[in-house]
Amino acid sequence: MSFSAKILLTSLLLSIVLLLSSIIAISAGSSGTHFLETLSVLTGNSDPDSVTSTIIWQIRLPRVILAAFVGGTLALGGLVFQALLRNPLAEPYILGISGGSAIGAILAMLIGLSYFPGVAIFSFAGSLLVLVFVTTLAGTTLGNTMHSKDSLLLGGVMMNAFCAAVIMFLISMTRSFQVQHILYWLMGDLATIQKGQLSILLLVLPCFVIIFILARPMNLLLLGRETAAAMGINVKNTILLLLVITSLMVSIIVSLSGLVGFVGLVIPHIFRMVLGPDHRLLVPSCLLGGASYLIFCDLLARVLPSSGELPVGIITALIGAPLFIILLLRDRA
Amino acid sequence: MNQILDTVNISLNFRDKFILSNVSLEVSAGEFFVIIGPNGAGKTSLLKILSGLQKAQQGSITIKGKSITKYTRRNLSQILAIVPQQIEVGFPFSVSETVIMGRTPHLGILGMEGKNDFHIAEEAMKFTEVFHLADRKLFQLSGGELQRVIIARAICQQPEIILLDEPTTALDPAHQLKIMDLMEKFRREHGTTIIMVSHDLNLASMYGDRLLLLKEGRVVKTGDPKTVLNKSLLEESYGCQMMVDESPLGQVARVTPIPHKYQHI
Repeated sequence: MSFSAKILLTSLLLSIVLLLSSIIAISAGSSGTHFLETLSVLTGNSDPDSVTSTIIWQIRLPRVILAAFVGGTLALGGLVFQALLRNPLAEPYILGISGGSAIGAILAMLIGLSYFPGVAIFSFAGSLLVLVFVTTLAGTTLGNTMHSKDSLLLGGVMMNAFCAAVIMFLISMTRSFQVQHILYWLMGDLATIQKGQLSILLLVLPCFVIIFILARPMNLLLLGRETAAAMGINVKNTILLLLVITSLMVSIIVSLSGLVGFVGLVIPHIFRMVLGPDHRLLVPSCLLGGASYLIFCDLLARVLPSSGELPVGIITALIGAPLFIILLLRDRA
Repeated sequence: MNQILDTVNISLNFRDKFILSNVSLEVSAGEFFVIIGPNGAGKTSLLKILSGLQKAQQGSITIKGKSITKYTRRNLSQILAIVPQQIEVGFPFSVSETVIMGRTPHLGILGMEGKNDFHIAEEAMKFTEVFHLADRKLFQLSGGELQRVIIARAICQQPEIILLDEPTTALDPAHQLKIMDLMEKFRREHGTTIIMVSHDLNLASMYGDRLLLLKEGRVVKTGDPKTVLNKSLLEESYGCQMMVDESPLGQVARVTPIPHKYQHI
């Protein structure tokens, strides 16, 4: 089987998984609708003004779409950063995007802005500030071979540490009723999405395409920057482009969902263990697999508690960490 | 023979320290050119500058009649392949996946290899005798096998010049000869220019057409092995006593560094 055929087949299989998990997630919820009824609503064969129809179109579908985009983007972001930094612990937030957006979001909440557009805009602005810092750092360190290969990573970690301190400061200055809002945002919250905001998500689609085109150069970057350059890759431009594109798409989705954790760390690792290190296969797989995974976790976060719901970030880690360890043990055996 | 690569007065310094100073050299097409010199002489830096991985602060480098600054990284990589000193094996790529990465400068925008690319990779693996290892992971290989895989990747790039940075340093004598014989054979069959950095003066003597002796960033001597492998030049450059005589193989110089306890002889 040729490699292109392998990519297509894997993508097709994962697309089916994504479609199935979406339909299941739309079918289930606290008001307890059924699978077949959902299908008839989605295919337009039922009364569009019924309660079920409204719940599905106005609440569940937007939420499932958001979960898919957030999961896919974070998994892809983690994949890119693990390759760029050649560090298995890298995830989409590692260079400080999370810190910047969190400070923005918390400030917006403290001055009493609504989730949309107030918190989203502040959060996006916060992560852009971090992106400017990180890009400047990358531009300086990449141009100079005398810099350590980890200076970008260390700069990002310092950025995060600094932001964490600011976040803690802001929280400690906060009155108690606001703390829960802030905590939910910090753990990732898919519940605040409105149908009208979904079109913003389309902005990340071109990012996916660019990253797929850069999949082969990413393979070469794993072998080291000099080796990649020796085989014809313009290393500095490739790294900067990947850095900016990935940070932008992560910033966009974080501004709508808060900081959903763990997807970006664990999904790339799981697929790398199963499919090997070739990014031309990993990019579409992480995208589709990350989307399905977060839809599934969000479903559990909604239906597991008898009342209310859990932040989805709790579920992603509760399932992801043991799954990862099992795969790790199997891989070694 | 026509010139394929030459440099005029290249210099490189880091902070206030000269790493290379006014290095000029000319390499002919199809030549086996060996750069020798003590640790810290600037050999690897010179190789990086010749391959365009590092920019010289002064001087010019011309490859096939065109300044190196006029090449894009991709175009340069179609002419020039590098076998680095250190190889990253951390990510689980297989031998065949690694070798075919050499096709990168010849592929289209999506980076998908065609039949012809796989054929070239297969031929490269057969040439360096690693085809039977095609599905192994890099970290499962011995040092000699790994070096042959990296050479296969360089060959797969179909370059006109191959630059090697101490390719035999970590290998036993049989594997050293194997690597050198492979390079020699490839050059004979394809007319490829070989530029190699080496610590092994005897390998340099036996395989090199011309040698360049570098010390503290300056060219001490360039010429055929018998001219460069001169007792007083070597002793002054390396700072230890040397014995240079004719190898029993005939026609080539043999260099023996003399340990302190034998120096009275």
